[in-house]
Amino acid sequence: MATKASRAAARLMISPAVLLLLGWMIVPLALTLYFSFLRYNLITPGAHPFVGWENYYWFVTDPSFKVAMVNTLQLVGGVLLITVVGGVIFALLLDLPMFGQGIIRIMVIAPFFVMPTVSALVWKNMLMNPVNGIFGQIAKAFGFQPIDFMGQIPLLSIILIVSWQWLPFATLILFTAMQSLDREQLEAAEMDGARWPSRFIYIVLPHLSRAITVVILIQTIFLLSVFAEILVTTNGGPGTASTNLTYLIYVSSLLQFDVGMGSAGGVIAIILANIVAIFLMRMIGKNLDA
Amino acid sequence: MARAVSTKTKVINTAIVGTLGFLVFFPILWIAILSFKTEENAIRAPLEVLFGSGWTFESYFTVQARSDYFKHFSNSVIISVGSTFFGLLIAVPAAWAMAFVPAKRTKDLLMWMLSTKMLPPVGVLVPIYLIFRDLGILDTRSGLVFVLMMMNLPIIIWMLYTYFKEIPGEILEAARMDGATLREEILYVLTPMAVPGIASTVLLNIILAWNEAFWTLNLTAARAAPLTQFIASYSSPEGLFYAKLSAASVMAIAPILILGWFSQKQLVRGLTFGAVK
Amino acid sequence: MGRIILDKVTKSFGEVEVIPPLDLEIDDGEFVVFVGPSGCGKSTLLRLIAGLEDVSGGHISIDGKDATEIPPAKRGLAMVFQSYALYPHMSVRKNIAFPLRMAGLDKAEQEKRVMQAAEVLNLTDYLDRRPGQLSGGQRQRVAIGRAIVREPAAFLFDEPLSNLDAALRVGMRLEISELHKRLATTMIYVTHDQVEAMTMADKIVVLQAGVIEQVGSPLELYQRPRNTFVAGFIGSPKMNLIGGAEAEKMGAATIGIRPEHIEISDTEGTWKGRVGVSEHLGSDTFFHVQTEASPEPITVRTTGEKALEYGQDVFLTPRPEHLHRFDAAGLRIE
Ligand SMILES: Nc1ncnc2c1ncn2[C@@H]1O[C@H](COP(=O)(O)OP(=O)(O)OP(=O)(O)O)[C@@H](O)[C@H]1O
Ligand SMILES: [Mg+2]
Repeated sequence: MATKASRAAARLMISPAVLLLLGWMIVPLALTLYFSFLRYNLITPGAHPFVGWENYYWFVTDPSFKVAMVNTLQLVGGVLLITVVGGVIFALLLDLPMFGQGIIRIMVIAPFFVMPTVSALVWKNMLMNPVNGIFGQIAKAFGFQPIDFMGQIPLLSIILIVSWQWLPFATLILFTAMQSLDREQLEAAEMDGARWPSRFIYIVLPHLSRAITVVILIQTIFLLSVFAEILVTTNGGPGTASTNLTYLIYVSSLLQFDVGMGSAGGVIAIILANIVAIFLMRMIGKNLDA
Repeated sequence: MARAVSTKTKVINTAIVGTLGFLVFFPILWIAILSFKTEENAIRAPLEVLFGSGWTFESYFTVQARSDYFKHFSNSVIISVGSTFFGLLIAVPAAWAMAFVPAKRTKDLLMWMLSTKMLPPVGVLVPIYLIFRDLGILDTRSGLVFVLMMMNLPIIIWMLYTYFKEIPGEILEAARMDGATLREEILYVLTPMAVPGIASTVLLNIILAWNEAFWTLNLTAARAAPLTQFIASYSSPEGLFYAKLSAASVMAIAPILILGWFSQKQLVRGLTFGAVK
Repeated sequence: MGRIILDKVTKSFGEVEVIPPLDLEIDDGEFVVFVGPSGCGKSTLLRLIAGLEDVSGGHISIDGKDATEIPPAKRGLAMVFQSYALYPHMSVRKNIAFPLRMAGLDKAEQEKRVMQAAEVLNLTDYLDRRPGQLSGGQRQRVAIGRAIVREPAAFLFDEPLSNLDAALRVGMRLEISELHKRLATTMIYVTHDQVEAMTMADKIVVLQAGVIEQVGSPLELYQRPRNTFVAGFIGSPKMNLIGGAEAEKMGAATIGIRPEHIEISDTEGTWKGRVGVSEHLGSDTFFHVQTEASPEPITVRTTGEKALEYGQDVFLTPRPEHLHRFDAAGLRIE
């Protein structure tokens, strides 16, 4: 397959993609880096003097940075936990013999198709609103005090909303993996006297491990950048209680028009994402060849 | 293998899993119901909503009149289809090259492409925003088509690559022996054989682009605003608005929900990014 | 026309030299078979001729023209792949017509040639099916059909029958031989199968590790193997190769004797031995006899009626006129 001509053709064919991605990566990255060393606010006209590490200093020492970091980790970790556990459970359940499996599966998948702004608004208003939301109404019907989700537990509420959106994804992938499990293996284990929990731990879980890796990898990429759900529900509040790193940078750059500060935040976000990425790429790299 | 499962077990399973599935689906069902109620009736207790009166189509008309659904809808279609189309145009040749003329570096190149996906959008928000402002393409559909194409390009390449890898290279070599040029080889042999893979790639990317809510919210205001933006405009409540919000939501998600349901099979394949068999 | 000459052709994959400098001439209309152990470079050689791989050195000429730099499509060769490599999304008709379509022939001409090929290959009833709806043998015929419509200077086959079951293989073997007789076009054929090589070839090329060990007609190779490798490779069951004292007695480092050239007797003979496993094929019987002459059991071929007990003592006598003698380097001693 490899002749000089075909290799030359291959280089030609791949170059648009490589050049575009390279440009897409380098140009904004270089600009972000450059801006991050300037005092540059869109509302104050005039020169943009070089200020060294000042933006970084202010960004990192701002108390909201630490909060945002913790929130980001909690958000990613929380959603991963809920969706992976929930996904495994659903994958196992959907695998049981039942009637109308197709319809049930369609219902479970549905949230994946719902755009983030819609799911966030629907949960915030129709479900979590303490007065008119369903949860509130149910609580009242049973004589409990309704919870003010967005006021009292904003981050947890957002975790719940995001988990609802990603549960279908985890379920689908794990269910697909589940179906490729060799039933004879399970039967052999059963013959060997393994009870259900041991069968699950020693056969099902290892079989699902590759799929779980994929779920974690792909979801983490998206979860680090959760934005719309926060924008339309809490606006990062109350205070900074539900601000993640992405949202914090958005506030600096597009609400406070502080290009320098926003860029410094951007650089930090990139570094963090890269640390996570290296870790994840190792994982997927190992799993890819397997 | 075939162990007899009693109908009773099946019924119990169906009841349990069905209930859980229903709970997951419930929020969507609920807005579908609310969208057909009048505002006064939409905020009643759940049972009253279900069994009470006040059914109407009015919210749908109000929403169209108030925020011009069709304009946003067509923006969404153009942006998601456009970005996917141009993405394919660039990705098909690239994936062909990586799958059928692998070099030592191919794996690294692929990994690098995927790694650009790890670049958090917020990290480059400021420069992109400023570049777009200076080029005058803020709030334009072509600007968004470009950004979303770039966002999804690594995924498209990756997926096509995994699908192309499954096609035996001998068939392409046969085409070459038969006198096909590279263009003909890709157009008449590779692409038709990869139709299922390309279909799931297209579907997944249309869905991702349709639901993309970082760049669409930050780079558009009015003219090019897609449905994500259309819904975001309902985030600040003005009086009674549950029915209207529901109607707007249904209108925003229905097209993609229906597309997704109809193409479930291809989608499942696509969703796993070829990583799970 | 289809005269192919390889001149000091070499091929390396990175550091690994798969084909050291190799010369080979293939005459117009010849049926040439490449045989050799797995991984010896048969497919690589074929792909070099096809132009699917670049040579690392040397020249390939086709009909007197230097084809080294010519792309595969322009060499005027047709290839039939082991996996058939049919286009799964096209009907049989479209598959066969594909090279004609690529060549820009008009529809009527395409149809005419497809029909001709289909008749030759008994495919007329299947023209509107997809490859997925055909049996292995039919698929193979489609692949051949796709090759013959182009009227190539030469056909290249890479183990075309190895995916077929034994019965079909015999049928297809005959069909390809017949096709060769009819078209009188050069064919280069790669196989693992002894019988295919012996029955089909005008000329067999025995390869080992990219090196040509011997070129010749099947009988030449069978009767006068140039070295121990060819001696051991051609013929089934294998020639018995015996070293040590027995060989020295005859002034050689190794002697070879084919199973059918050994007399077996209950009473007297050159080598005393004990019968091990017997394989009764019906027409023939193979006895594996353990002797003092060599550590390996010696295979003897007899008629199908012959029966011997396991563990029975027997005597073996090689027919002297059929003894092959090889020197220490493994080369034939005349
Ligand atoms: N693309 C390649 N890159 C590196 N090495 C290769 C490549 N193709 C073939 N080889 C090596 O070249 C040698 C010859 O391979 P080739 O496929 O020609 O063998 P073959 O004789 O056709 O074997 P078989 O009978 O099993 O088909 C092998 O050792 C193989 O590993
Ligand atoms: Mg081979």
